[in-house]
Amino acid sequence: MANTYTLIEAKTLGSTTSSVTFSSIPQTYTDLKLVWSGRQSRNVYTAAYTLVQFNSSTSGYTYITLQGEGSGSPASQTQAGLTTDGIVIGGVDNDNNTANSFGSNEMYIPNYTSANYKSVSGEGGSEQNATGVLMLFTAGLWSNTAAITSITLKPWVGTYFDWLANSTFYLYGISNS
Amino acid sequence: MAAGSTYTPIATTTLGSAQSDVTFNSFSGYTDLVLVMNLGAGSSGADIFCQVNADTGSNYSNTRLTGDGSTASSSRNSNASNMRFSDGGSPQTTANSVTIANFMNYSNATTYKTVISRASNGNRGTDAYVNLWRGSSAITSIKIYLSTGNITSGSTFTLYGIAAA
Repeated sequence: MANTYTLIEAKTLGSTTSSVTFSSIPQTYTDLKLVWSGRQSRNVYTAAYTLVQFNSSTSGYTYITLQGEGSGSPASQTQAGLTTDGIVIGGVDNDNNTANSFGSNEMYIPNYTSANYKSVSGEGGSEQNATGVLMLFTAGLWSNTAAITSITLKPWVGTYFDWLANSTFYLYGISNS
Repeated sequence: MAAGSTYTPIATTTLGSAQSDVTFNSFSGYTDLVLVMNLGAGSSGADIFCQVNADTGSNYSNTRLTGDGSTASSSRNSNASNMRFSDGGSPQTTANSVTIANFMNYSNATTYKTVISRASNGNRGTDAYVNLWRGSSAITSIKIYLSTGNITSGSTFTLYGIAAA
């Protein structure tokens, strides 16, 4: 029986890195799932996001987020309140968060090779046994008919930061037959 | 010794024309089920509904967390005639919804059945739902349909079985 859930590529960072890219993604699966555990270089005591881009494109992205930070009311935003350069997904810990704490996130892209626009579901969050964390759900749409051949992930909170060592990223291909 | 397949595609459907519903049967032998849907709606305001074992009685309930880009909210429904997987994340005529539903421990014949799901529409909203079917029987059929109108041609549905061992 063919494997349904196949690891395409794994990346574990040994040093600070500005971005992580999965390129030359095989076009032989049905869906993609990306799972990452991240910590980033921003040096303040608040939560941070991951910005995801497809095929190095900085346009065609619309999305809606649902965010909770452990106190107050949850909030919902669109790309207009965040950025249109990619899709904001999940939460990662900052450099001065509790040591050894990394945010856990995942993103699911069905039918990534189709000639339709690409819908994306993302979720994740950071936790550090203190405030300054978040849990984020994202509904995303890349209004582009091209097949997804590369995925880039960058830490982002208003501006770009760097991934820190020991952040990990796993790209899986999922086959429906 | 290599383990057997843990995450197995059971059935997949791609609609060649619009239709009112999609039903899955014959999925015995697993621990949990995962239903992955990428679907569009022929009518606006169409939410994703689900019934199991052809139960149309008021035996379902749900709690949701939803955001539409400006407002986040949570609500619940009791004694409903169906499960609900989407609200803000519902499909549109212009944008599909990516919806993933997890049917936990679906085959046991002792407890009520819990389903957790996420629905995402980048133009409309995102939802997280937990549904309960107050039925102790094993789930043997799953019907997906919309609150109004048809599911559009090109919509895809794949049911995966997850084995615990």
